[in-house]
Amino acid sequence: MHMADALISPAVGGTMWAVSAGLAVHSARKIGPELAERKAPLMGVLGAFVFAAQMINFTIPMTGSSGHLAGGMLLAVLLGPHAAFLVMFSILAVQALFFADGGLLALGCNVFNLGFWPCFVVYPLVFRRLVGASPTRMRLGIGAMLSAILALQLGAFGVVIETRLSGISELPFGTFLLLMQPIHLAIGIVEGIVTAGLIAFVSKARPEILAVAEARQSGGMVSAAPVLAAFGVAAVVTAGLFSWFASTHPDGLEWSLFKVTGATEVAAPSDRVHEIAERVQRKTAILPDYDFARGAEAGEEGGAEGRWPAISAGTSLAGLVGGAMVLVIAGLAGVALRRLRRHDRGS
Amino acid sequence: MGNLDVAFNDVHVLDRLSEIDSPIRCLDPRAKVIVTMAFLLTVVSFPNREVAELMPLCLYPAVVLAVGRVPASVLGRYLLLASPVAILVGAFNPVFDRHIVFRVGSVAISGGWLSFFSILVRFVLTVSAALLLLACTGYVGVCSALGRLGAPRLLVTQFVLLYRFIFVLSEEGSRMVRAHRLRAPDSRWPAIRVWTSLAGHLLLRAFDRGARLHAAMLSRGFDGFLRTGRSIRWRWTDTLFVSCWCGFFALVRFGHLAERLGRWTLEALS
Repeated sequence: MHMADALISPAVGGTMWAVSAGLAVHSARKIGPELAERKAPLMGVLGAFVFAAQMINFTIPMTGSSGHLAGGMLLAVLLGPHAAFLVMFSILAVQALFFADGGLLALGCNVFNLGFWPCFVVYPLVFRRLVGASPTRMRLGIGAMLSAILALQLGAFGVVIETRLSGISELPFGTFLLLMQPIHLAIGIVEGIVTAGLIAFVSKARPEILAVAEARQSGGMVSAAPVLAAFGVAAVVTAGLFSWFASTHPDGLEWSLFKVTGATEVAAPSDRVHEIAERVQRKTAILPDYDFARGAEAGEEGGAEGRWPAISAGTSLAGLVGGAMVLVIAGLAGVALRRLRRHDRGS
Repeated sequence: MGNLDVAFNDVHVLDRLSEIDSPIRCLDPRAKVIVTMAFLLTVVSFPNREVAELMPLCLYPAVVLAVGRVPASVLGRYLLLASPVAILVGAFNPVFDRHIVFRVGSVAISGGWLSFFSILVRFVLTVSAALLLLACTGYVGVCSALGRLGAPRLLVTQFVLLYRFIFVLSEEGSRMVRAHRLRAPDSRWPAIRVWTSLAGHLLLRAFDRGARLHAAMLSRGFDGFLRTGRSIRWRWTDTLFVSCWCGFFALVRFGHLAERLGRWTLEALS
């Protein structure tokens, strides 16, 4: 799953490096010097353990391929998300330096795929919720298993997205996805079994090591800030930059319509309701067809399959404005629902 | 575990190369890290079908290999070990991109083959640069450079401790595997139930030993940085090294050196 520099573009590599470096700085600050001194030996040892585990390849039956453990979930459970992220960063850096397993420029991508998803998404949102405050061995096992599978699926998906966005490999998105996801599902199952087994062993032999116990004692909750910040950066870059690389081919609905009717759009019925709706849309569409009004008309005159990439300031602006509006609307909806729940509980 | 022993030995071999006396070893590690990253960015910034314009960049790894006195066989071995990923992914390009770009006699070259060769060249250049950075700087040097370039102290500490504990773990692991083989000579691999217990005990034993090591390091004044005994100061040679190589990379990226050289050669011959 380790991405190589040869398959990455500067934009994708640079962006992911910025995101991963930012997360590393945030994680280091979150841990703080006192906790760092207590956790340092465990971080070093677990890093070496996962490093060694990643070097053991196991054959995946019926596929003719092999896989190796990622270890992100194990680190997150035993160390907590922030320390686990730093450990994964160090493991991948050592692999890139000593074994050319993953590139230096692609290190940001690899750290994000193997570190961000298990530590900041799956661990707080899936593992902690499945396991609960007082975990039994069964719940720990099931939580570890499902979390490991999900983390690897998300990481593999990240590889596919980053490779496609880089545009160096000609492998189609669907084919790449079909190659990556099933293999990593099989790897995830093995990793889930190993993770569940190790966590069960450690929880029996040395329960104080478990980060779950530590988080309970300190009362700490995982902050959503790094997750939100990472998604925020990804949204801005996707809306402002990657939107230029959207496919010019018709989407599934337009393709189906074309096959059935010979046109990609169906003329609207000429009744009063449709006329009013069309007038309202024309007045409110500040960026029709995700571009400036002049640019959109030029695109339509140019034909169905315009130039690619379609570099356009209007498209970038449309993406950023649309993203910001969705964020505001979703945020207001969340606040409104929260107030409604508090009102219900009060009454 | 045999593979792990070999892998950990490889870690030693590469790191020891940095102790070979050479002009590159005297440079500030930060300069070498900056130039390496600039080189990587230059390589990946070319369009995906570009092959010829990437060739002048081979000068950088060739010069560093020679001046740094790094054996070419070591580099070649690592290139071979790391090649499967790039070859496997790049090999799909000729399948999916069959648009003919140009012909050489009767042989038609498609865009897919061009991008495949480009991937191979990028792979050789980027992997060489990373390995040469380590071979000429050493792992501790690279960690020191990252710390001085602004990486969080805890992350640098983690890099250092990981490197130290890799060998702690390998010793513990070798002892456990040897103990298992002496007690079960007929079975090559332990059963899955035994594997989990072995791995768990390995983790706990390594943790205990790691904690003792860390306490010993702290009592000797360890503060997150390994000191090499060499004074590292940024000198004019470092500025010259960075500016010359970055200038060369910019010239290659934007100066179409391969095309110009080809034209001059053809004009000279005609």
